[in-house]
Amino acid sequence: MIYVAVVLLPLAGAAIAGLSGPWIRDRGAQVVSCGSVSLSALLSIFIFYDVAIGGNARVIELFTWFDSGDLKASWALKFDTLSAVMVLTVSMVSAWIHIYAIGYMAGDPGIPRFFAYLNLFTFFMLILVTAENFLQLFFGWEGVGLLSYLLIGFWYDRPAANAASIKAFIVNRVGDFGFTLGILGVFVLFGSLSFDLVFAAVPDKVGTTLNFLGMEIDALTLVCLLLFMGAMGKSAQILLHTWLPDAMEGPTPVSALIHAATMVTAGVFLVVRLSPMFEYAPIALAVVAVIGATTALVTATIGLVQNDIKRVIAYSTCSQLGYMFFAVGVSAYPAAIFHLVTHAYFKALLFLGSGSVIHALAGEQDMRKMGGMWRKLPVTYAVMWIGGLALAGVGIPFFIGFAGYYSKDIILGAAWGAHSWVGTYAFWLGIATAVLTAFYSWRLLFLTFHGSPRADARVMAQVREAPKVMTIPLGFLALGAVVSGGIAYSAFVGEGMAAFWGDSILILDSNTALLEAHQAPPWVVVLPTVMAVAGIAIAWLMYIRRPELPRRLAGRFRAVYLLLYRKWYFDEIYDRLFVFPANDLGRGFWHSGDGAVIDGVGPDGIARAALNLARRAGRLQTGYVYHYAFAMLIGVVAFVTWYLYARAG
Amino acid sequence: MEGWPILSLITFLPLAGAAFIMVIRGEPEVVAQNARSVALWTSLITLALSLLIWINFDTTTAAFQFEEKAAWMPEFNISYHMGVDGISMLFVLLSTLLIPICVLASWAAIQTRVKEYMIAFLVLETFLIGTFCALDLVTFYMFFEGVLIPMFIIIGVWGGPRRVYSAFKFFLFTLTGSVLMLLAILFIYFETGTTDIPTIMRYTFAPEIQTWLWLAFFASFAIKLPMWPMHTWLPDAHVEAPTAGSVVLAAVLLKFGAYGFLRFSLPMFPEASVFFTPFIYSLSIVAIIYTSLVALAQEDMKKLIAYSSVAHMGFVTIGIFTATTQGIEGALIQMLSHGVISAALFLIVGVVYDRMHSHLIETYGGLVHRMPVYAVVFMVFVLAAVGLPGTSGFVGEFLILIGVFQVNSWVAVLATTGIILSVVYMLWLYRRVIFGELVKEELMHIMDLNRREMVVFAPLIGVVLWMGIYPSSFLDVMHVSVANLIDHYEVARAASEGAASEGAAFLAAR
Repeated sequence: MIYVAVVLLPLAGAAIAGLSGPWIRDRGAQVVSCGSVSLSALLSIFIFYDVAIGGNARVIELFTWFDSGDLKASWALKFDTLSAVMVLTVSMVSAWIHIYAIGYMAGDPGIPRFFAYLNLFTFFMLILVTAENFLQLFFGWEGVGLLSYLLIGFWYDRPAANAASIKAFIVNRVGDFGFTLGILGVFVLFGSLSFDLVFAAVPDKVGTTLNFLGMEIDALTLVCLLLFMGAMGKSAQILLHTWLPDAMEGPTPVSALIHAATMVTAGVFLVVRLSPMFEYAPIALAVVAVIGATTALVTATIGLVQNDIKRVIAYSTCSQLGYMFFAVGVSAYPAAIFHLVTHAYFKALLFLGSGSVIHALAGEQDMRKMGGMWRKLPVTYAVMWIGGLALAGVGIPFFIGFAGYYSKDIILGAAWGAHSWVGTYAFWLGIATAVLTAFYSWRLLFLTFHGSPRADARVMAQVREAPKVMTIPLGFLALGAVVSGGIAYSAFVGEGMAAFWGDSILILDSNTALLEAHQAPPWVVVLPTVMAVAGIAIAWLMYIRRPELPRRLAGRFRAVYLLLYRKWYFDEIYDRLFVFPANDLGRGFWHSGDGAVIDGVGPDGIARAALNLARRAGRLQTGYVYHYAFAMLIGVVAFVTWYLYARAG
Repeated sequence: MEGWPILSLITFLPLAGAAFIMVIRGEPEVVAQNARSVALWTSLITLALSLLIWINFDTTTAAFQFEEKAAWMPEFNISYHMGVDGISMLFVLLSTLLIPICVLASWAAIQTRVKEYMIAFLVLETFLIGTFCALDLVTFYMFFEGVLIPMFIIIGVWGGPRRVYSAFKFFLFTLTGSVLMLLAILFIYFETGTTDIPTIMRYTFAPEIQTWLWLAFFASFAIKLPMWPMHTWLPDAHVEAPTAGSVVLAAVLLKFGAYGFLRFSLPMFPEASVFFTPFIYSLSIVAIIYTSLVALAQEDMKKLIAYSSVAHMGFVTIGIFTATTQGIEGALIQMLSHGVISAALFLIVGVVYDRMHSHLIETYGGLVHRMPVYAVVFMVFVLAAVGLPGTSGFVGEFLILIGVFQVNSWVAVLATTGIILSVVYMLWLYRRVIFGELVKEELMHIMDLNRREMVVFAPLIGVVLWMGIYPSSFLDVMHVSVANLIDHYEVARAASEGAASEGAAFLAAR
């Protein structure tokens, strides 16, 4: 009962807040919505103890969904360690963000709608992580995508928000194109979509091939790669990452909840959930690792030069997701989930902190118009520092550190420990990214809080620290960003690992990267921290010590600067490749295809010709019927004749 | 229920209602009001009766149920034969569900010749139900073609400015195909000596005959469906038709073609169906991609939805010709789902058309400010149209894709691109109509949905979610009939594996 309640409470909250908004008013909607999610969060603690610590994994069948031929899928909730960890993280972070949003959204005309959306999002996310089959996972997957669309476009008067929301939905659908095909492939290969049945059958299918588009391809590799395409879309990996920075058009609590802490990590969760399949598809794993490492570096480079405070954090999210993926790619699934959890806290913290700044500046997001805020916003300043330290992975090697220190360290260690070319590639890109991460984090901190204020005096005079309803969630998330790494380390990736994860994650005995990570030589352990400190130092040099330096560098290396500033031109290239041609084709097909060719040559054309003929013969009749019938007949006959000959010949 | 001629009852009850309206006399105002009431009550009673069919439907047999048979023209061996199975039953319900909704939707929108309008709709209902119940080729053909008459009148009399062109285009396109089908029916009659559909289903035609008969039926069904490139009548017809006309056209008439493939082409001409499957796939794929792109370029809401219908029906034809359980069941669900979704989308356009008398997208923008309930309803059906899981659209499309992936991965991949394209044009439409600032002066006082309109949409939303979350209610009805259809198809195909190659040789020789 508790298990079902934890998932359904947010749905009930959404229904009440959304449908009875006019009666219960803003306050009622806030109470219902925050109450239901908080209750979920409390229950999820119990579930975490029962399932992850107590080892009572279970599946709760609700009722049949699909039943057609061999295809059977139920609505069912699966609770094992993996989903218990996810449920705990999602509902916890979600609850704090709900509460924060009370303060952040105060005065907005759409409060009941906003809270209903947030609740509904949480429901879909919980459905996603507790799914017992591919279809239900897909239901949650598309559901969170929908809510992401609705929330990015929450301020529907803004053209930029509308464009960003549509872009997010469409790019995600491109990923879903692969995901859908992947699910189809799973069904054709295994005859089932239930995780348990499919996972049990995986070892038998090693080496099987599947005819795909006329090619014989290793079935598991194919299916895994197709499914990974979905993960790339949702988790904004390179090629499909372009929607995430634009998604920052949404209200900041949305950016924190959906576009940092929870939804975008669904792709990582998917691959970890499917570890029993990916483990038998080494090529697919290698692809995951390479994509992840490349994303980590490329998006971090973009983050270096952006001026919108939320966009910097957004690119940082892409980059951190890249870390998680290359961890997955070297079979260090627990490390990926570990980073997912710590990242959820410190990234939500960074977003909400920046939201607090934006709130104080009445909606200003451009860091060039901030500066010198630390005196006015001491709490925000402090938590942003904590978030930055956690994100950069700062700690004292072999001793203690912020949350990100533990998780990033184990990921880089595992990449090193894979002892493969993929692992090495990921390791060095990961190290390079660590410098960049520290650099842009402190660039953000320095630009926002230090130096002289660049906002105009009237705005500055209004700047005030956020109310308690916002600072208390910040405090709790900061606590998570500090301690979550140290607390969870042993169980997630340390000695307790095997017992903790149980059957929920499969790592083949031959994939020892995570075990090797613990044997890493000292330089591997120390290097990330050194890099982080170096990055901070460079940022200090460029933005505090010699603030004219960035401008001169940008001038000197203009091409590089533009490449980064324009985000490697991904948007422009996609516009040229897909958007414009699709529009042109649509218009072309309509006017030339339907208008000129089909109607022109078909009914209208022949009617006209026949009419002409008839006029000439001087026997003008009103016989439209014949003309049309005749035209259609000729068309159909011609088509069929061609087909018969083409087929028979 | 034994002994009750329930199928005839629900088929002809609307006709009786129409006759009743015809004799109403009095002040024009009163006549109009009474005609509306009679039409509504007749169609509601028909709906209630049709629910009895579902309740009493036996899901364990593939045989035709609620059968009625009476000699009609015994000298020609033609009888009046009615019955439903798991393939046709739900379409009867789709028809009976939508007619009262159409009547309600026309309540205020139609102010001229109300009496005639209501008569046309009730007559239309008779023909719609009859088409799905008929088990005799002649009876079927009469209902099937009879539909054209009220539809032609509805578009031609109550339609938009170019209604006459559109009505004729619609009529002639569909009639052309039907003429060929009539020839095929005559041929079947002379070949088998009967017009009884269950009997003919058990008859085996020679392969070369199958090819020609298949083509003749195809001509009719492909135009009705419509398949690319016979689709150009559809956007015109929709744009000019009154709202309720579009609803019936998109929701039920388009299903005739697909139903025909399932009732005639597959069971009666299995070898020809196998032979033409790649042909159907090609046309369907082109339909999905081509019409989706065309939909993207539309500036008229009704045209956009019309083109999207062609794309959705492309999924249906693919599903049917996979001849797999999932493919066919998916196609049936997709047909029902599209029936409800397209009906709702046209009603949604109708709501603003009633207020502003335009279905151009550029007329609108920022409606969410004045019409929040409308925006929510619109969003629900946009999501269903793009096949979001949890709505009926997903169940149909997904089952079809599952079916086709087992048979041909190329078709599956190309068809799946449809799920990207549909999002593009639907969200773009929604964004332009609903979102943005409300700047247009004439929209400043537009009213949100009234109670009657909410009553119209509520059942449709219910059905879309029901089919999306618990489709078993619908799938259970189909299982046995679809399994039977596939068994029959496989047996026929296996039995004539050799004959099929002979058939190809025969064609090659010609």
